[in-house]
Amino acid sequence: MPRSASAVAFRASIPVMFGYLILGLGYGLYMHNLDFAWWYPPLMAATIYGGSVEFVIATMLTQHFNPLTVLMITFVVGFRQFFYSISMLNRYEGHGLAHFFQIYTLSDETFAVNYTVHVPTGVDRQRVYTLISLFDYCYWIIGALSGSLLGTAFALKIAGLEFVMTALFIVLCLDQFKRESSHLSTVSGLIITILCLLVVGKTYFLLATLVLLVIEFAIVNHQKERR
Amino acid sequence: MTLVQRLITIFLAAIANLLTRILPFWLFKREGQTPPRFIQELGEFLPGAIMAMLVVYCFKDVNWLGANHGLPEILAGLATVIIHLKWRQTFISLIAGTGIYILLLHLI
Repeated sequence: MPRSASAVAFRASIPVMFGYLILGLGYGLYMHNLDFAWWYPPLMAATIYGGSVEFVIATMLTQHFNPLTVLMITFVVGFRQFFYSISMLNRYEGHGLAHFFQIYTLSDETFAVNYTVHVPTGVDRQRVYTLISLFDYCYWIIGALSGSLLGTAFALKIAGLEFVMTALFIVLCLDQFKRESSHLSTVSGLIITILCLLVVGKTYFLLATLVLLVIEFAIVNHQKERR
Repeated sequence: MTLVQRLITIFLAAIANLLTRILPFWLFKREGQTPPRFIQELGEFLPGAIMAMLVVYCFKDVNWLGANHGLPEILAGLATVIIHLKWRQTFISLIAGTGIYILLLHLI
């Protein structure tokens, strides 16, 4: 049984290490293929620190400047993290910088590990949380940096590599589809987005979709309450 | 986009992403406080729709009237779905799906 907080944290973070290094590598290569300089992937990994958001923002950086869409999309794509934080309210009890760092780096995987990690008695629980968050954060940045450096060093331009983002969202969508009890959300998301793309066009269809989805939810929710 | 516009975009995304994580600590930190039902249920409703939206987003630049009519995208997408339903290993699905797409681009 490991005794120190760092040993407990490192052991718990190993699965995320493989995941983040590989996906981060793919993300770095992906951005290199979109013609970005080598420092973009690590910069975005370190500041935004959210895989799906970074992939989407990477494509948005190649289009017209559209700050409102960027804010809305990031907020909505990251919205699930709101609920991770709610689950961690009574667990993240530290103070100061360490506490802020725990919150800043609460990704899907870090949430999954920190929420379930077994901390032996005598080991500082908050320290373990902070260290797991730190290790995961480093894995993701190192992955992104290696991908972009690898791409730059060997001029790795692979036609079709951009499909990794499509595959990622297909996989996440399928996982979500399996999890939900009613498929109203996924199906309406699909239909509304396609309609908005056709009607509103490429620049604003995401915003239009988000507004319509919230309206749809408000109506469905209202009808449910009245019953 | 200029360099400054790009940096602003990254900064805004970082702020918005941080907000989703830090808001609960600002709003509900006191013991026993919970978010309103509407927010909780919206949180259960949205993820499926958002993921579907992002899948459509990935297909937005496909040229359906072009030389291959988006066939590589459709076939590789279907292959990703089938592979993921069969093995449910995220990384296998990602690598296989992307690999098939790269192959199809050369073949079709």
